[in-house]
Amino acid sequence: MTTDERIVVTSTINGEERQWLSSSRDSLLEALRERLGLTGAKEGCNNGNCGACSVIMNGRLVNSCLVMAAECEGAEITTIEGMAQGEELHPLQTAFLEEAALQCGICTPGFLISSKALLEWKPDPSEEEIRFWLAGNLCRCTGYDKIIRAVEKAAEEMRS
Amino acid sequence: MVATPEKPEYKVIGTRPVRPDGMDKVTGRAEFGADVKLENVLYGAVLRSPHAHARIKRIDTSKAEALPGVKAIATHDDFPKQETGSLDLGEGSANPVWLVENVLAGAKTLYHGHAVAAVAAIDQHIAEDALALIEVEYEVLPHVIDVREAMLPNAPVILDDLRTNVRAKGADTPKDVPTNIALHMRIEKGDIAQGFEEADVIVEREYTTSQAHQGYIEPQNGTAFWSRDGHLTIWCSTQGTFSIRNQCATLLGIPESRIKVVPMEIGGGFGGKLTVYLEPIAAVLSKKTNRPVKMWMPRADIIRATGPTSATHNRVKIGVKRDGTITAAEVNLAYAAGAFPGSPVGAGAQCALAPYDIANQRIDGFDVVTNTPKTQAYRAPGAPASEHAVEATLDEIAEQLNMDPMDLRLKNAAKEGGTNSAGQPWPRIGAEAVMQAVKNHPHYTSELHGDDTGRGVALGFWFNGGMESSSSATVNSDGTVSLILGSMDIGGSRASLAMQLAETLGLTMDDVNPHFVDTDSVGWNAVTAGSRTTFAGGWVAYDLGEEIKKQVTARAARMWDVELDQVTYEDGKITGPDDAEGKPRSMTFKEIAKQLQRTGGLIAVSATSRRNTQGAAYAGHIVDLKVDRETGKVAILRYTAIQDVGTAIHPSYVEGQIQGGAAQGVGMALNEEYYYDAEGHVVNASLLDYRMPVANDLPMIETELVEVPNPGHPFGVRGVGEVPIVPPMPAIRNAIYDAIGVRLYATPMSPRRILEETLPREDA
Amino acid sequence: MQAVKYARATSVDEAVQMLRDGGDVARVLAGGTDVIVLARERRRDIDLFVDVKHIPDLIGVSFTAGQGLSIGAATPLYDVYNHADVKAHYAALVEASHVIGGTAIQGRASLGGNLANSSPAADGIPAMIALGGVAHLAGPNGKRDVSIAEFCTAPGRNVLETGEFIVSLSFPDPAANSGSAWERFIPRNEMDIAVANAGVYIALDGDTVTDARISIGAVAPTPLNVTAAADALIGKPLTDDTIEAAAAAARDAARPISDMRGSEQQRKHLTGVLVTRMIRKAVARARGEE
Repeated sequence: MTTDERIVVTSTINGEERQWLSSSRDSLLEALRERLGLTGAKEGCNNGNCGACSVIMNGRLVNSCLVMAAECEGAEITTIEGMAQGEELHPLQTAFLEEAALQCGICTPGFLISSKALLEWKPDPSEEEIRFWLAGNLCRCTGYDKIIRAVEKAAEEMRS
Repeated sequence: MVATPEKPEYKVIGTRPVRPDGMDKVTGRAEFGADVKLENVLYGAVLRSPHAHARIKRIDTSKAEALPGVKAIATHDDFPKQETGSLDLGEGSANPVWLVENVLAGAKTLYHGHAVAAVAAIDQHIAEDALALIEVEYEVLPHVIDVREAMLPNAPVILDDLRTNVRAKGADTPKDVPTNIALHMRIEKGDIAQGFEEADVIVEREYTTSQAHQGYIEPQNGTAFWSRDGHLTIWCSTQGTFSIRNQCATLLGIPESRIKVVPMEIGGGFGGKLTVYLEPIAAVLSKKTNRPVKMWMPRADIIRATGPTSATHNRVKIGVKRDGTITAAEVNLAYAAGAFPGSPVGAGAQCALAPYDIANQRIDGFDVVTNTPKTQAYRAPGAPASEHAVEATLDEIAEQLNMDPMDLRLKNAAKEGGTNSAGQPWPRIGAEAVMQAVKNHPHYTSELHGDDTGRGVALGFWFNGGMESSSSATVNSDGTVSLILGSMDIGGSRASLAMQLAETLGLTMDDVNPHFVDTDSVGWNAVTAGSRTTFAGGWVAYDLGEEIKKQVTARAARMWDVELDQVTYEDGKITGPDDAEGKPRSMTFKEIAKQLQRTGGLIAVSATSRRNTQGAAYAGHIVDLKVDRETGKVAILRYTAIQDVGTAIHPSYVEGQIQGGAAQGVGMALNEEYYYDAEGHVVNASLLDYRMPVANDLPMIETELVEVPNPGHPFGVRGVGEVPIVPPMPAIRNAIYDAIGVRLYATPMSPRRILEETLPREDA
Repeated sequence: MQAVKYARATSVDEAVQMLRDGGDVARVLAGGTDVIVLARERRRDIDLFVDVKHIPDLIGVSFTAGQGLSIGAATPLYDVYNHADVKAHYAALVEASHVIGGTAIQGRASLGGNLANSSPAADGIPAMIALGGVAHLAGPNGKRDVSIAEFCTAPGRNVLETGEFIVSLSFPDPAANSGSAWERFIPRNEMDIAVANAGVYIALDGDTVTDARISIGAVAPTPLNVTAAADALIGKPLTDDTIEAAAAAARDAARPISDMRGSEQQRKHLTGVLVTRMIRKAVARARGEE
């Protein structure tokens, strides 16, 4: 049996330099959750089909279950824990609360990160564009209706 | 106080405050089961059988134990022998003898993915490596997947000791032969032979529905840690902490009082998180290693080895008069239970004809074991399959009679004063109100445009649960009230319960602080399932509020030195008789709270509800869709879900439950199924090929909340969570017929199945 | 995850070296959306990931009128379908890239990875075949070019030799009055593997088809370049009959299996439907109607 390696990885996570000890086998998701105590990103499927692990890496929306921790050397990563600016919630976070866009809440971090990336790509997406962008984020509780409305509301808020 | 048919003016109930746990959930701070952070943790992993049906001849764990980093192994032998019995799961029950077998297989593995052994190691990767080193020698046995095949006399017998429990008067089902049929039950009333005699038109059809998974996004998880004096703490995501405690105590052979279950936030359950899977294994591994052991299930294991709802095969025969009166109905349900008995066929039987007042009925239900994962409750368990068969058949009858589908249903609507299938009288119910609301809804009468577009309607019924809830509440000196809860919040119930307490006390939502606590800190609570939490928990909140009002009123009377009957509590204010100077005496709740400590102490109360005055729920859905004839693809154009909710405590969460249930029903209707190969392996054990609806598979889901208050609840609450999953399958089936003239008798109604009906048949 | 190590290459030569030293249990790591799953599910023995995303040659999109399009093999799809020149001239590539996985997959997955993974149902490959794409490879024996139409040899297998990898993909400048289109059939509206897919390129002179390429996927052990379908169109005026002939040729070339994603009959039928629809769409684009 081949072996793995202990590696030290340094990344900027939510604006802060973090350094941690990982196995070379760890995914970024595993590193966030089990090595760094950042459990906001969730494991739902571990193969890129549910989006619960979504983070932003070097400006791109990615599934952290499909990134190796080792790849993150020198990378800039934003997780749900970094979405609010200090005390101030991101308009998407506020909209999700006001529009009741979450029930159990397990998919919520993924949806918020994914929607944040959407509104950075296009500030006034149509309903169709929102649904298509978010197709990689599964929700089993809401039927998506209130999530889409929350994104629309936040988009409008951010445009004004 | 019992709700009257006219809805009172509420101050808090019916508003849409932000939920108390919302902030933590949108910032990633909320802790779900696998987020538990403990020091010195080991990680567990489970080895599962690669066979659909096999005898275990030998397990050799020595190589796994020798792998550096592995700290302990668990097998079936680590559990004490179980006594046969019935553990109440809230929705369904479990026999400990079978439950422990499902946790870790003993003599036989009964489905692909059945757990066989487990490992604890210093990280997840090594735990997984160790699984590959466990050697298991299997003797592969013939298997059976299909429920009809499993009922045949020559089917492979899955449980050698199983004999059919026959609870059907007059039936000739054999009782003393080895079989896969665990139960034959029957509900009947009237005289169906007579009823069919009276019919002008009789339609008889057969339907199959597929095995479907609850599909919660959060995997099952469990973390266990023993103290040195033999107390076990379990952290897990569950719909019922007390149920998990009970199950673990039984399987581990220790008293319940030695186990504390700490509720973590739960990422979806829908009935699937009522039984133990990993918790007892984690407990065994933790005992052996003296360290906390953390486990969660990979998605492939979830799909292969946790409870789906039954695959079913059902037959419906309905007789009607020309004017639409249903004279007789005969329903025959065969539900696959998976590896151990206990499909929801009984509930399916109770619900099948429940929207209708039919004098002559016979409903037979068969619970059948198969080499598939043990079924668990899934949102109105049993109801979608049986009601699908009835609603689809009624659509054909309406067409044959040239009658509007809703008019046919209205003509036969169940009402207060009539009786259900078992002859029990209906209390005030919303069947007619919902049917009328469907008929009156603008969607129902709107124009449908375009080729190959169609509209379908269907009704749904679920009886809802009551069960037991306990809570306590303390009045804090700042005038806020802490509400201590023991029933998990899976859809917003902590907000609804806080709102009901606030309403009772005349306070605002901000003044009530709901908390979930562990099983050592609150009285016994039944599970969050059966759509019962807002009902039962609401009764408790109401009782707590009334008790607090009583005590606060008594305290004020003492403080003012007046007679108790001179003091009133209204809207968060306590008023008394005028004082010596003629000034009116009054205090707000906050003002009196400030003074409680020095006038006799803070107020703390607790209450339990075991009431069974919950109200049943009816739903009616309307769907417009378009079928692409060339590809068989269905596009849902418009969806309206109408439901009798009693009283909507927090309308946003009531709407959310309806939309979520509808979405799951759409998934069952269009694409969710299990693919088994010839050896009985589940081949689509990933979310890529177990196809749940994604965001652009659905339009906005319009909801209409019909409020027929439940007289058995102070605020008229009816459970709302489950019934919305019932109408989508038949509504979509009926709409596909309307669109392209094809009646499908199997679900899911995937593009492949639709093309099989529309493409010219190829000769083999 | 099986025991795997990680190395980062900053030049093509360095990657070649690392792969040579790693042997046949060393794999290129581009977006990882296929290979990390492969490694995690232990479907292949993988000992070393060689990360190629820090090699400049493998990242980036550039278009030169008259020469064509060049895409670094490890460029995330997100950067491909958002690129102005790709949108303007290579519609089939945009359509295919935009539905491989979801948005988060597209933040990492690449056309080079899609090609190297060589799934019979790959979405990117029929689009690339239709556009006449060429793969530029590097390996221990130096550099070579392979037509994408000839790249895949069997399910999950291709012409890459041990230690060889894709550096970039290039596509000729489309002719004037040409259009391309790509579509797949899936049971949901996203996040599925294609039941069948088709990519088409048509160049017109008036009503006559001067050039065509028709590629179908998920209906054979590899994506197919159906020259018979193209021949049914080339040199002739475009009519319903020639379109039907092309679709029939595509159906004949399809030799699908029945599996959990589709039946043989369904796939054959869909091949005809998709080819017909994509021809019409490519033609509409060639005519400037879309």
